[in-house]
Amino acid sequence: MRVARATLIWAALVAAICAPIAFAAASPLHAWRGSVYIIAGFAGIFALALVLLQPLLIGGYLPGLPGYRGRRAHHWIGVVLAVAVAIHVGGLWISSPPDMIDALLFSSPTPFSTWGVIAMWAIFAVTILAALRRKVGLSPSTWRLAHMVLAVIIVVGGVVHSLLIEGTMETMSKAALCALTLAAAIKVMIDRRVWRRRATSRGGNLSKG
Amino acid sequence: MTTVLMCRRSLIAAGGSFLATGLPGLLSLARAEGLAPTPSMSGGANNYRKGAPIVDRIGKGGFWMSGTVRRSGDGAPLAGQRIQIWAHTTEGQEHELQSHGATLTDKNGGFRLEMPQIVPVFGQPHGHLAYDSGEFHTVFLRPVMRSAKDKSLEAHFILQPV
Repeated sequence: MRVARATLIWAALVAAICAPIAFAAASPLHAWRGSVYIIAGFAGIFALALVLLQPLLIGGYLPGLPGYRGRRAHHWIGVVLAVAVAIHVGGLWISSPPDMIDALLFSSPTPFSTWGVIAMWAIFAVTILAALRRKVGLSPSTWRLAHMVLAVIIVVGGVVHSLLIEGTMETMSKAALCALTLAAAIKVMIDRRVWRRRATSRGGNLSKG
Repeated sequence: MTTVLMCRRSLIAAGGSFLATGLPGLLSLARAEGLAPTPSMSGGANNYRKGAPIVDRIGKGGFWMSGTVRRSGDGAPLAGQRIQIWAHTTEGQEHELQSHGATLTDKNGGFRLEMPQIVPVFGQPHGHLAYDSGEFHTVFLRPVMRSAKDKSLEAHFILQPV
């Protein structure tokens, strides 16, 4: 039963991540795009998929990756997410510098750019904070609050950014991935009662402690 | 206002805009009398290339970009104005030379240029147009298609004399 449940959870997760990537790969738009632009686009989709994984890992919801292992994976995937976003933005910059500069300066005509750029800065900020928090002596509660706020910005910004784009992603699989990402983030925040001031730095279950 | 050559229409327009300046309450009247110039759209000038040649058609065609060019104030149609058009299409990216072309307005101030199908790029299916000949203030437009499947797109210029 436990094996069946684990298999089901992993299968659902793989489907939720692979379906939008597969549909995007089949998009006719690729025929008219350069390779750098295509890579940049996929880096963005990949980044969105990682934003779904992050709350699942830290919440310990994924069979085989509870507790410490889930947190370790969360840390490393955070780094991969920052790299994916850098590739996304860098590739788009190479493809069309004026459009990317407009986006970064918040003067783009496309509303989704603003959401994406804000989410990008939040991703970079949380990555830098995570790397330096011990060095600069950030208290666990301050770190937790900062990470929480940035996580909300990343999830909401990333999801709205993706939904507003008319690009290679197929509508239904994109909407499903976005809905799951939002749901996973909301669930982990409710389960860990992130609005509480007192919190365990190791992420223990407060309802039991 | 010092111009001696002034037709009745522009006199009415000038009067209208004077009233608007003097009496903000009559702004709606002024709008009816004097057409405001079209401002450039943000991102409109992206991947612009100066001096694209006047062509009968950009690439193999199949998509129509059309619009009108009028003078601010009196709204008079402007004939013989050069409008430059470019977009990311099935035949090339925005910055590429073959994606750019220009056309001239007819006696009614209308223009129409056939070009390859525009495809979504940077998240929106859109085209770029420019008036940049110097007689009027330069304007860059960036109209967005309602659907990526559309076979045509319109953009309208109201130009302000320099």
